[in-house]
Amino acid sequence: MGDRSRYRYIAPVALPTPGALGKTGAWRVLKPVIDYNRCTKCLICWLYCPEGSITVEEGRPNIDYEYCKGCGVCANECPVKAIRMVREE
Amino acid sequence: MRNIKVLTGNWAAAYGAKLARIDFVSAYPITPQTSVIEKLAEFIDKGELKAKMVRVESEHSAMAAVIGAAAVGARAFTATSAQGLFYMYEMVWWAAGARLPIVMGIVTRALAPPWSIWTDHADFLALRDSGWILLFARNAQEILDTIIQAYRIAEDEEVMLPVAVGWDAFIASHTAEPVDVPEQEIVDEYLPRKKAFSHMLDVDNPFSLGNLAFPDSYMEYRWLIDRAMNAAHKAIVEADREFGELFGRSYGGLIEKYRCEDANVVIVMMGASSGDGMDAVDALRDRGYKIGLCRIRAVRPFPVKELREVARTVDAVLVLDRAVSFGIGGTLGSEVKAALYPLKEKPLVFDFIAGLGGRDVDARLIERLALRVYDVLDGKTEVEEVEWVDINPEVVKA
Repeated sequence: MGDRSRYRYIAPVALPTPGALGKTGAWRVLKPVIDYNRCTKCLICWLYCPEGSITVEEGRPNIDYEYCKGCGVCANECPVKAIRMVREE
Repeated sequence: MRNIKVLTGNWAAAYGAKLARIDFVSAYPITPQTSVIEKLAEFIDKGELKAKMVRVESEHSAMAAVIGAAAVGARAFTATSAQGLFYMYEMVWWAAGARLPIVMGIVTRALAPPWSIWTDHADFLALRDSGWILLFARNAQEILDTIIQAYRIAEDEEVMLPVAVGWDAFIASHTAEPVDVPEQEIVDEYLPRKKAFSHMLDVDNPFSLGNLAFPDSYMEYRWLIDRAMNAAHKAIVEADREFGELFGRSYGGLIEKYRCEDANVVIVMMGASSGDGMDAVDALRDRGYKIGLCRIRAVRPFPVKELREVARTVDAVLVLDRAVSFGIGGTLGSEVKAALYPLKEKPLVFDFIAGLGGRDVDARLIERLALRVYDVLDGKTEVEEVEWVDINPEVVKA
């Protein structure tokens, strides 16, 4: 459909914008930390992250702590238990 | 040449959805809706209908699935009833808020407890504030025709709202009647392929639909739904008129008027029993009573203009309600009163609650109630503002 900005929207839509709700990383209580020695780069965490806060850099997952809300889905889904949830300092 | 088939109301609904060339069906079985989906599954299995059938684990998911399908531009259909509808209630509001032109059949059934599988209109009428367009059909033919009309209305660019089409459990859903099944080519002419719309999801240009609105814009999206509902008024009338031109049948738009021309009393009712209401009108007309009937076909948008036009010249309106809003009266009766209140010269409005949980509403009952209204007009008797018809004292005694 090409450029959508010219359309009149009758329904509530939002174009993907990082941080539309501010820096949601501040909501976090527990912080996921990837142990890259165990990580097999399967990218299941990247696929499951409901916030799009995991990006792929040079083939391996990278957590954007500015926006990660600390939900723990990645840690739960990691098949090799390479992600640990640690308490925020 | 006419293609007459003997169909139940539910099968007529399935034929309507098939003729509308739906792309997607998702539903969870619930009595008495189940045979709608069974028939659609059969069409798909035989290769007569090219649609995707998604089996789900609940009605909530059934509505979520049609929302997803409609959001990417598919023509989506589902059907439900009573408890099933209430299980999908959250997603029902979501469909309207996201402005998705879904069509849903609702085989009306009384709500539990006490459990019942028989008709009344409480489930259907609970959608009044949801933003869905609410149409109610009387018989198998009208069910088929209204489902086709519903897609025309829902997909109208000025409307873009989901449409629920209701019909009575068993009386309409499981009664077989001769139904004129229209030719596919003429339906295609009436209902072209669904067009792309601005908030349709597109993987090449991603955005999220139905997201957060802050207090500075939430109200505007509700206002847009209300504006679309006003546009739906015109769309319903036009969809019905053009349907009449192509198929030789139409239903009067938002209301069907029966012998109202010179009436001094008018019955207002909805659904399958309206046929009995028309029989009662005929019987009373034969005895010299100037009585007519307005069958409510659209509950949302409500036929305010049409009812005022009829009510302006009558002495009394008799509302026959198959649903109750506890603490105020009949659901339809309350709506009729609200619609007529701004009239300077108002008719009396009598609200009779009858036929809940599938109790029969036949011509004799309607005739009896109408005669009581005439007695009130003649000063011979009085009735309460809202009256429950024929409450059995044996059941309610302490």
